[in-house]
Amino acid sequence: MTGTRAPVVTERHFGDPASEIHYPGAVHPLREYHLNENGLDIAVHEWGAPDSPPLLLVHGGFDFARTYDVFAPRLAAGGWRVVSWDQRGHGDSEHPELYSWDADMRDALSVFDHVSPGRPLPVIGHSKGGALMTQLADAQPFRFTHLVNMDGIPYNRRIPDVAEHERTKMVSAEIAGWLDHRRNTATAQRKPGTIEELAKRRGRMNPRLDPLWLQRLVTTGGYESDDGWRWKIDPSMRFGGFGPWRPEWTLMRLPGLPMPFLGILGREMEEMGWGTPPEKVLPYMPHDGRCELLDGVGHFVHIEEPELVSEMVLDFIGDPGASPIGAGS
Amino acid sequence: MLRHGKVDLALHHLRDARSGGGRPLLILHGLGEASPATVPTWADAWPGPVDALDFTGHGLSTIPRGGGYTAELLLGDADAALNALTDGDPERSITVVGRGLGAYIALQLAGGRAAQVHGAVLVDGPGLAGGPTGPTSQSFFSLPTTGTAPDPYALVELGRDLRPPDYATLFVRLALAGSDLDEPIAVASVFRPEWLDAVSREHGVMHASLAEALAAYSS
Repeated sequence: MTGTRAPVVTERHFGDPASEIHYPGAVHPLREYHLNENGLDIAVHEWGAPDSPPLLLVHGGFDFARTYDVFAPRLAAGGWRVVSWDQRGHGDSEHPELYSWDADMRDALSVFDHVSPGRPLPVIGHSKGGALMTQLADAQPFRFTHLVNMDGIPYNRRIPDVAEHERTKMVSAEIAGWLDHRRNTATAQRKPGTIEELAKRRGRMNPRLDPLWLQRLVTTGGYESDDGWRWKIDPSMRFGGFGPWRPEWTLMRLPGLPMPFLGILGREMEEMGWGTPPEKVLPYMPHDGRCELLDGVGHFVHIEEPELVSEMVLDFIGDPGASPIGAGS
Repeated sequence: MLRHGKVDLALHHLRDARSGGGRPLLILHGLGEASPATVPTWADAWPGPVDALDFTGHGLSTIPRGGGYTAELLLGDADAALNALTDGDPERSITVVGRGLGAYIALQLAGGRAAQVHGAVLVDGPGLAGGPTGPTSQSFFSLPTTGTAPDPYALVELGRDLRPPDYATLFVRLALAGSDLDEPIAVASVFRPEWLDAVSREHGVMHASLAEALAAYSS
């Protein structure tokens, strides 16, 4: 499906491990490179032995691969080559002219084809990454041995008790706000600040995460310039937006998935989460699927409970030696 | 050229206003097309200036790397043109004629900037139908590109862009709520795919020929 031209792989060292704030269990990726198949540099990060069977980790919107710095090494310790990438505009990937769901999917296929050409592998996606991979698993099931979706099952949260004319006003303001933002994107910059300030800003959306972890995120997902730290993410991107896509459409893809499926949902609702009530998801489980519900855990299940969730995932995907691309094959 | 994000957009000034002036007419082309080089005959009688926009990946506008097109991105293109043609003055307005894909974008612009679009005329053209109206089994792939317009990614991605009818009619309602016109949308197309059929049945939508619609919006 991809491979119209051979991808260009360029070894890179993103960031300086010495300047990254230490966090217990966090490990800088062992291998990093840019992958360029469609004219765009996609940053890829790997943990674990290079000859171990691979699995893919897919991050969520406004996140980046390095948010797996604690989770990925735990999976690598289970005998896997753990590969993640920064989606276009995120982390150390290039900031392109355009963004879309299709484009994210195309970039993902470049990584799939590079890491595991012609062979299926386990895939674990968080949030938007989980939703992306759920759709890809439906469209191209031959690429997956297992799919783990960590709090990435969107659900439509229709605002109750709002009159139709008020809803029209809200949509009108939302579209006008988005267009106003688009008019300014050519010169937009992320707001600078100290490490503590950026961590505090992010903490408003992730109040359940350890402040020290958020500070580490600044030093892995941000860069330092003359006037302070800024997030690397493309300033033309912003939360919200609008379009014809409906969150609940992802749910409809679940029942027909042919590969073993594990959903992991945190019961605590958060701003960056989808607000998906577990009871809305359970009826959509595929034949070979199940959903684990974590009490007292928010949207970032793998960051809040890395030990529990990594053990759950390793148990689900099984022995790496039994992988279709097991070590030595 | 206009700047929209990282894209340079070609806005072609086809003609100044006739004596007496009038509001600008913006022409939005269809999928895979480019702006006309001269004023189309159907626009001869328009009293105001006539301009035409090359969408991203079309005509003389930037061809992005690796695709990523959406109708909403093109709405941003059209809004950049609106901003240029009104010199950034929110009190000024334009009239829009959209062909095919451009008709869908003209509808969105009429809803998104209701107070500044004095009539949007939707006419036949390439890309009028668009994609499906709900979740699909469509797959994903890379395309060979040559760096020339139109961008193959634009043709594929905008040709299968989701167009649920109730999403399209939302823009009619927004246009009606924010416009000073009783009928801010004019459907002049012969072909009416599902989204356009739904639009054409909404309150506030005029059924007229292109000439009739332009005459109605020129005053």
